[in-house]
Amino acid sequence: MKARIHITLKQGVLDPQGKAIGHALGQLGFSGVGEVRQGKYIEVELAETDRARATAAAEDMCRKLLANTVIEDFKVEVIG
Amino acid sequence: MRAAVIVFPGSNCDRDVAVALEHAMGRAPQMIWHADTALPALDLIVIPGGFSYGDYLRSGAMAAHSPIMREVVARAKKGTPLLGICNGFQVLTEAGLLPGVLMRNAGLKFVCRDVDLIVERAAAPFTDNYRKGQVVRFAIANMDGNYFADAATLDRLEGEGRVAFRYVSNPNGSAHDIAGIVNEAGNVLGMMPHPERLADKALGGEDGKAMFNGLATALTA
Repeated sequence: MKARIHITLKQGVLDPQGKAIGHALGQLGFSGVGEVRQGKYIEVELAETDRARATAAAEDMCRKLLANTVIEDFKVEVIG
Repeated sequence: MRAAVIVFPGSNCDRDVAVALEHAMGRAPQMIWHADTALPALDLIVIPGGFSYGDYLRSGAMAAHSPIMREVVARAKKGTPLLGICNGFQVLTEAGLLPGVLMRNAGLKFVCRDVDLIVERAAAPFTDNYRKGQVVRFAIANMDGNYFADAATLDRLEGEGRVAFRYVSNPNGSAHDIAGIVNEAGNVLGMMPHPERLADKALGGEDGKAMFNGLATALTA
């Protein structure tokens, strides 16, 4: 199975990179661009056939390494 | 006094801090490779600046889970003084030894220059050679030096006198102008500025020297 993991900054945590991207989009002529937030996307292949166990393992990986939960939230989706 | 410097792939201030320690202690520290799993008897552990693991994932995140870190964390919890400078500070927050996190600089630029700092905590073993309120000049060189913690953590750090250094002029957006903090027991110090880079007149300043001399005095029984 494969875990698709999205890691994003928590609400309220400033994201200067997102802000710079938003600014650049405006300069390229894209109008109506609101707030831009940047995150990470990670795919992890898992030797697991049980969806619940795969999800639990991926969430544990997020808490221990993939995300810093002081500033980041994570979302795990298991496919396959 | 027996000191060790932990070396990760990508550390680049390990030899600078070794020189500063040797000048203060009169003997060279041991250099310990990250893949080692045991430490000798030590009075001080230093995690140096650099870009361990190329800052992959997050600054300090990979190094915090290196084999040697299990032993470093165990020693720190037993009270061995542990100093993390720049990337070393990032490693200590990722390892859970210090609260908060070092985020991307607010200006999105790598900032490399000398900065003035206010000494907020003058206490052994790291900063008893300084006066509280004294202004010292150290060098900063980082991309992720923007200290962030939630409001409750910041209140706690302030209330417990655990802010060690504060920027006179905030270079990176750090909460409460924080440049360095200690843990609850006071034996772990993490700081973004580099005392070892201004620890000799030949380097253009020696405000950092007092920290290494203070450590040598405090830790030499």
